[in-house]
Amino acid sequence: MSVDQTQFRTAMLDPALPVPNGLTDALGAPAGARFNVYRNNVAVSLTEAMEAAFPVILKLVGEEFFRAMAGVYLRIHPPKSPLMMHYGDAFPGFLEGFEPAQHLGYLPDIARLELAMRESYHAADGTPTEPAVLQSLPPDRLMTARIILAPALRLVRSKWPIHGIWAFNMQGAPQPQMQGQDVLITRPDFDPVLTPLPDGGAAFIIALQQGQSFGTALGLATAQAANFDLTTTLGTLISGAAITKISEG
Amino acid sequence: MTKPVKTIAVAGAVAAAVVAHALPAAAADTEKCFGVALAGQNDCAAGPGTTCAGSSTVDYQGNAWKVVAAGTCTTMELPAMADGTARMGSLEALERDMAG
Amino acid sequence: MLDATRFTPLPPAAGIGYKPQHFAALMQDPGSVKWLEIHAENYMGDGGRPLAQLRHLAERFAISVHGVGLSIGGETPLDPDHLARLKHLCDWLQPASFSEHLAWSTHDSAFLNDLLPLPYTDATLTRVGDHIDQLQEVLGRQMLLENPSSYLAFAESTWSEPDFLREIARRTGCGLLLDVNNVFVSATNLGFEPRAYVDAYPLDLVQEIHLGGHDEDEDDHGRPLLIDSHGAEIVDPVWALYDYTLAQGGARPTLIEWDNDVPDFPVLEAEAARAAKHLQQVPA
Repeated sequence: MSVDQTQFRTAMLDPALPVPNGLTDALGAPAGARFNVYRNNVAVSLTEAMEAAFPVILKLVGEEFFRAMAGVYLRIHPPKSPLMMHYGDAFPGFLEGFEPAQHLGYLPDIARLELAMRESYHAADGTPTEPAVLQSLPPDRLMTARIILAPALRLVRSKWPIHGIWAFNMQGAPQPQMQGQDVLITRPDFDPVLTPLPDGGAAFIIALQQGQSFGTALGLATAQAANFDLTTTLGTLISGAAITKISEG
Repeated sequence: MTKPVKTIAVAGAVAAAVVAHALPAAAADTEKCFGVALAGQNDCAAGPGTTCAGSSTVDYQGNAWKVVAAGTCTTMELPAMADGTARMGSLEALERDMAG
Repeated sequence: MLDATRFTPLPPAAGIGYKPQHFAALMQDPGSVKWLEIHAENYMGDGGRPLAQLRHLAERFAISVHGVGLSIGGETPLDPDHLARLKHLCDWLQPASFSEHLAWSTHDSAFLNDLLPLPYTDATLTRVGDHIDQLQEVLGRQMLLENPSSYLAFAESTWSEPDFLREIARRTGCGLLLDVNNVFVSATNLGFEPRAYVDAYPLDLVQEIHLGGHDEDEDDHGRPLLIDSHGAEIVDPVWALYDYTLAQGGARPTLIEWDNDVPDFPVLEAEAARAAKHLQQVPA
């Protein structure tokens, strides 16, 4: 008559299974629907966590579709950690293969964007460098220097207009036009800020993240886009408090 | 791989970026704390009752999935694939694309 | 030996479960709210607003850290990563109190985000005792263990809940947290007398009391089934049970918990003020 946690967990996540034998009500009768309190707590709390974590996807597919999809997701991917702030990290991959959403090809990348925003929100604090330091370095020294980026910086690349889709849903922006977008997430204080990068911008950021020199990063960016807009890209980093150190040698 | 870049042009671009973009004004530390919290809270409360999401699951395989995505995706008019083409797939899925 | 005197204890006054939307109100005028309880897991990120808010709050309020994710009753070993995170948080914050639940939530590396029930057997007693020993060893401090809300019972149980908690405290040296709403919810759901439970509870070991709201549902037989939803005001019978508890055991730091449909600050503050009034009527 003993009920172990494997039985409890299995029956809790699959309502088609019978309530484990050995769980009772006050009079010793089988627990019946009382077990559904736990089934419900788990499913509702994880569904709500998903809704809060992916507000753009919730808007895109609507509440009914989202909740049904979350019900599938949470049973395949229950949290691996007790930190609910990270729940949903397997959602992009799940969406790639989720048949009922295949006609919405941008969903996985939107999930990546929303995950990256949460990572940025909880990332370590960084102290930004005064931008004047950038300007004061002679160009030849700047070219060999390395730019250290803030822990809260994230880059999400997509073949889809993910910034446009995000802005359409969260800021009432106009309809997104079909084009790929690379989005930089910065955190000037405590709120993540999304900025679409110009052509070559992602190559520039990735090179800096990999510890390449400013000059090498610039070369990689201009190799990808001859008209790479350094001023705009640097401006996004500065106003996003994303440069924490300029390291020479 | 990389082309040499004129350092004069770089200096100009850096100067323009620094002039146009100041660091965000340093608000008092408590003021910055006043904003909203982003998702992902743990708590120790129970959900509502016995009859909602936990008591049933939805079969999503084969033809069993009946829910239609009915949010803003219906008004965005983006193609099914990032290369601009409609999705290659089963007839059923194509019908759904057209219906959605 | 655990040194329980190293930390300034929570004041025998009213506190609330902290919600980020109440930050500004608390910094401006906390009213009757004299201390705060945070859920440990929400402050395990690396930085950003949650930790910045906590830094400010900890300068003004005594803080109780309340874990909701350790799975002390789990059949599998405690997660060493999570233990390390708890230690990191407590070492940094030096909270007035640390508490966790008599429950499990993680199994086979899946965290189920709910406080799940345990059979009260000798085997469970040994396991929970070992886990509490391990946690107190890691944290270097005493913890408080909270009584759960029950919706069903285990046929295999051989201990009553108060006796079970008393025995765990005896073996491990942990303190107890008495959730009066949980007593009321469990008593209704499992058909026992709530005052008899309080009488049987080792009130001398209780260092904190929880109060919260619950929902009403019913079971297969149409009998009342109360749900520990923390989504409403505290009902009068729970206030009456609180008074009874205070009369038996004396004043204790008392927390108002409100986790679902969280109201504006004044509503929570009014509940805290009510608890403070009850506390003032008993000798410490």
